[in-house]
Amino acid sequence: MRRAVLPVLWVVMALLALWYVAAIPMNIREVVTEAERGGAEVWGGTAAERQDRSAWALALRNPSVALNGWAQERPRLPAPHQVAQELYASTIGEEVFGRRGFFQTGELSNRSLVYHAGVTLGATVVGFLIGAAAGVLLAIGIVHNRAMDMSVMPWAVISQTIPIVALAPMIIVVMNSVGVQGLLPKAVISAYLSFFPVVVGMVKGLRAPDRMQLDQMHTWSATQAETLWKLRLPASVPYLFASLKIAIAAALVGTIVGELPVQRGGLGARMLAGSYYGQTTQIWAALLMAAVLAAFLVWLMGWLERRTLRAMGVPA
Amino acid sequence: MMLVILAILVWIGAWALNGWLTRGGRHRSPVVRTAVPLIFGATVLLVWELLVRGLEVPPAILPAPSRIGATFAGNLPILWGDFVQTILKGALSGLAIGVAAALVVAVLVDRYDVLRRGLLPVGSFMAALPIVGVAPIMVMWFGFGWQSKAAVVVLMVFFPMLVNTVAGLQDTTQMQRDLMRTYGAGYWPTLFKLRLPAAMPFVFNGLKVAFTLAMIGAIVAEFFGSPTQGIGFRISTSNGALQLDMVWAAILVGALAGSAVYGIISLIERGVTFWHPSQRT
Repeated sequence: MRRAVLPVLWVVMALLALWYVAAIPMNIREVVTEAERGGAEVWGGTAAERQDRSAWALALRNPSVALNGWAQERPRLPAPHQVAQELYASTIGEEVFGRRGFFQTGELSNRSLVYHAGVTLGATVVGFLIGAAAGVLLAIGIVHNRAMDMSVMPWAVISQTIPIVALAPMIIVVMNSVGVQGLLPKAVISAYLSFFPVVVGMVKGLRAPDRMQLDQMHTWSATQAETLWKLRLPASVPYLFASLKIAIAAALVGTIVGELPVQRGGLGARMLAGSYYGQTTQIWAALLMAAVLAAFLVWLMGWLERRTLRAMGVPA
Repeated sequence: MMLVILAILVWIGAWALNGWLTRGGRHRSPVVRTAVPLIFGATVLLVWELLVRGLEVPPAILPAPSRIGATFAGNLPILWGDFVQTILKGALSGLAIGVAAALVVAVLVDRYDVLRRGLLPVGSFMAALPIVGVAPIMVMWFGFGWQSKAAVVVLMVFFPMLVNTVAGLQDTTQMQRDLMRTYGAGYWPTLFKLRLPAAMPFVFNGLKVAFTLAMIGAIVAEFFGSPTQGIGFRISTSNGALQLDMVWAAILVGALAGSAVYGIISLIERGVTFWHPSQRT
């Protein structure tokens, strides 16, 4: 335990330290301008001259104000604690203590990240379930029908090399124009993105039983359905979960990108709004929330995998 | 209505043809192997065309393939500009930087056990995150030009490449390393003559994943701001103007570029890892 956790902790701390250090030169120009406006004597000459000086020089020659880079209102790079504060304020702060929060009104506030994460999570999960189910069904078809295999498989493989997510804005707009709104268009995108990894992984999994095992089923005069149910499907479980982990991460990206064109809630909408209004801390908080969501979803898949494999009696 | 019935007939006919082609021993011939997917692809396009015409679907919802093709052919200079902007400048430059950085870090990580135990879990965690979300931040930092897209791409491709390369560097057996020891090879000769070549199949697997990610990163970053050029820019503006044929043409550019680069990577892979079982057929 200690051997596993300590190095990770060191790396995370080093990254945080790097982040703090980087925040100083990133924000120094605004800091110096602000200090000058406040009447302080700053090194570097006039604003025009400062443009030509390097950020590090400005930071080192103005040591008294440089650390203000960690406390800017609208920083180019917010310090970690600023992001953490924003995350707290827009989740617990907004919901528990806010005027429009859950504790006051009984509904999630539409300014809180909990609400936006919920919107994104709903569309991601619905889309993922549709995409994964369709993928498994198509894979079963491909394994049992050679015509389907030879027609569809090459396209499924090629489709992995093209940036399908570019379709997202179009799908949103088209579905809007035919009157479908809300969760469904985003779910279609995430279904589409999670579909192909599941097909490719599942076909590999269903083909995992070797000749000998298939022959064994044959000697028991098992029907195709029985072979599928008792041999192929159990053998495909590890492959299925490996591709489900990829698929759910892809589904989340699809939903976030799908939220960009329609500004009606969701983490993607928060990011775009933050980028329009220069609210960097808000972008970082939304990003962190998306990271938490992704980590949770992938962890959930891993947990399901371990549970399933244990229930099937596979030694962990 | 005639066209819709025709579409259904074409579908059934092509399905029967493919069924016939793949029955018995015929499916082993190389001609059939390439013909079957092509027939399927052509059928999908034909049915799409017939259905769009037969049901008179407005082009603002789904343009017919012929119309997309015409738009593609009629706007080649514009689309070429988009290709250069997004793929060559944004995706490939970012990919080169990200992959180079990942290779260097991977060698370091592999050398120092503390780094491996610390950085690798963080790397696998980061590889699963929706890193494309940093796009608005990078656009804010590096401006609307290709530099911000390259920065997003670097971040996106770094962690998958790192995880794959580290796994590859550990893919030598004790016997092989012992053999190098008996030759009196130190760390660096072992690295360059045994372990890096042995890692190449993993590196190329990572590269294939990374390139797709690079294109996604470059295109999505353009949704947050771009010069008046680029695949992502073309998609978002044409989408706003309901010129869906142009959107499809831009996606076609992405698809062609993706398949082409994938093909090139596979060719290089075949040359570099000719000794690996998966390449010996």
